Amino acid sequence: MAAVKQTVDQVASLEKYKHGFVSDIEQDFAPKGLNADIVRFISAKKNEPEWMLAWRLDAFERWLAMDEPDWAKVNFPRIDYQDSYYYAAPKEKVGIGSLDEVDPEILEVYKKLGIPLREQEVLAGVVGAPRYAVDAVFDSVSVVTTFKKELAQVGVIFCSMSEAIREHPELVKQYLGTVVPVSDNYFACLNAAVFSDGSFVYVPPGVRCPMELSTYFRINAENSGQFERTLIIADKASYVSYLEGCTAPMRDENQLHAAVVELVTMDDAEIKYSTVQNWYPGDPVTGKGGIYNFVTKRADCRGDRSKVSWTQVETGSSITWKYPSCILRGEGSSGEFYSIAITNGRQQADTGTKMIHLGANTRSRIISKGISAGRSSNTYRGLVSAHPKAKGARNFTQCDSLLIGKHCAAHTVPYIEARNGQAKFEHEATTTRLSEDQLFYAMQRGLSQEEAVQLLVNGFVKEVLQELPMEFAVEAQKLVAISLEGSVG
Amino acid sequence: MLSVSNLHATVGEAQILKGLTLEVPAGEVHAIMGPNGAGKSTLSYVLTGRQGYEVTEGGATLDGEDLLALEPNERAAKGLFLSFQYPLEIPGVPALTFIRTALNAQRKARSEKEITAPEFLKLARQKAAELKIDFEMLKRALNVGFSGGEKKRMEIFQMAMLSPRFLILDETDSGLDIDALRIVSDGVNALRSPDRAMLVITHYQRLLDYIKPDRVHVLAGGRIVASGGPELALELERDGYDRYAKAA
Repeated sequence: MAAVKQTVDQVASLEKYKHGFVSDIEQDFAPKGLNADIVRFISAKKNEPEWMLAWRLDAFERWLAMDEPDWAKVNFPRIDYQDSYYYAAPKEKVGIGSLDEVDPEILEVYKKLGIPLREQEVLAGVVGAPRYAVDAVFDSVSVVTTFKKELAQVGVIFCSMSEAIREHPELVKQYLGTVVPVSDNYFACLNAAVFSDGSFVYVPPGVRCPMELSTYFRINAENSGQFERTLIIADKASYVSYLEGCTAPMRDENQLHAAVVELVTMDDAEIKYSTVQNWYPGDPVTGKGGIYNFVTKRADCRGDRSKVSWTQVETGSSITWKYPSCILRGEGSSGEFYSIAITNGRQQADTGTKMIHLGANTRSRIISKGISAGRSSNTYRGLVSAHPKAKGARNFTQCDSLLIGKHCAAHTVPYIEARNGQAKFEHEATTTRLSEDQLFYAMQRGLSQEEAVQLLVNGFVKEVLQELPMEFAVEAQKLVAISLEGSVG
Repeated sequence: MLSVSNLHATVGEAQILKGLTLEVPAGEVHAIMGPNGAGKSTLSYVLTGRQGYEVTEGGATLDGEDLLALEPNERAAKGLFLSFQYPLEIPGVPALTFIRTALNAQRKARSEKEITAPEFLKLARQKAAELKIDFEMLKRALNVGFSGGEKKRMEIFQMAMLSPRFLILDETDSGLDIDALRIVSDGVNALRSPDRAMLVITHYQRLLDYIKPDRVHVLAGGRIVASGGPELALELERDGYDRYAKAA
């Protein structure tokens, strides 16, 4: 109730894309273009061990032999992979040990974005307010990770991927690429070759992570891609909730963001992974610029009774291509996917999930809410499959599309494969247009047109917003409102 | 209070209102009766500003202020309320959230202070009890899965919460059984006051046994063709609209 009110107030005071600023920060770049030497350059910059470089070079070789996928319902000019920087990092004086060594300009960026990088800033907040640890990734590198010490006390490892490769090679070797294999797909393979940074989380057996973990991705440099790689391992009977947020400056050229996220849950473990994606969506009228968000996210529910829940709020990017998925291997394991995908202006989204039921009595649940406005296109694409051993597998899928205006499109492409007779899959889908009758009804009660749209849209996406951690739900709700500003005219 | 003069309105190509004139002074309840297609619902939509209802001639004022120049929400903030013949379903938005958002939007437009959560809940509990509405129902999405009678009761509840100055009831009795009709009528009657006025649109005299009108008007062919006291409603019930339909 209060949140709806807050949305209404906030919107009036915010610009369309408030994260569109560029920061002038001294940076190190790799030479433009992509070849084996660039891969070596990136690996050397990060002081990686030999095995990591070999892994990258192998990925690069495989990538050269692959073709860009063309099955998604998105259109864009061919990407010139040689016309981009694959490594951009803020110049550092020495190895960054404490915040005092971080370029003040960068700290300023995160301050502008409202991301707390100083632990005392978080602690200074209201008593009893939820705390969360942050890993801040700026272009190609992680600049700071907070609350590491406190997390270490309970055995939780939370650090940048680069650090994990140096400090915890045995864990990285054991799990990296086991959920999303190197040559899984074109963009994942490219990522394996050139990935820059990302977050690494390990939660030991029986530990419930004492705070929310989050990563904040920021693309700042021009003509550069961001290729982060995240790996989260929840060991037996552990629990962790993780959130990623993303923003980028407004630029006329398209920038590629090809990330890979791998999650592993062992027996009785649970990972809750939430995304609030607000990359620059491009110019709403011409469609110029914006981020190509081509991301591979997958969870392997290896252990019995383990659980992974994906929640995503996708409002940004000119093109979104992503399918956070669950491989339900362990007996009785379960996967959930809650999604809000909003497209406005000229944005295109092709997003959904895959629930692969391998083990007996596995369960999955998919709630997808797509909202299309302007001249945008929004596609839900999902696969639910049950393999012969997945006796008693169950899935429930609900796909709802809401159209605002007359020039947008919504598509639903569900694939269902049941290879045993004891799987039970349910699929429900609806497509509705935001009705003028409903708008008039709300306006007759005193709401302005914008307020009426927000209230109706918030109602439409509520089921998914409820799945987000409290403090981010409010943020996401504001984002939904801003993304749809001016969509009814 | 409400003054409508020589109102002409079209919907699409069709001319529906053809010179409707009506005065409803503060403190009075007027009934509008008439055959199907006479323009009863059109009148309620023109007054509240629904898109697609074009005024081609004439005007309407509320307390001397030009209604037709205002947006629907601005008219609401001035105290104009329409109880819909077919209330809309609002999925995912609890009734209480909807009403509180609307109430505060109106208050803001009138430069009044917003209602606090405790004040709002106290008011809601009181009004719900008066209208015999289960408070739990107000936590559900507005009108979703409600019966016809529940939706109508919810309209009156909204009316009681928003406390408008000019009320239009469009076929509020349709879909109500006798018990519900009594409860709804009690709710409406409770809002009668010297500084409020009401326009009750109905097909049947039945509702007027419960909400006693000061004046009854017959709307036919897009104009008011006869006006009189409550006895006019009884006469219509007995003789039907034939006479007036021909006159129009």
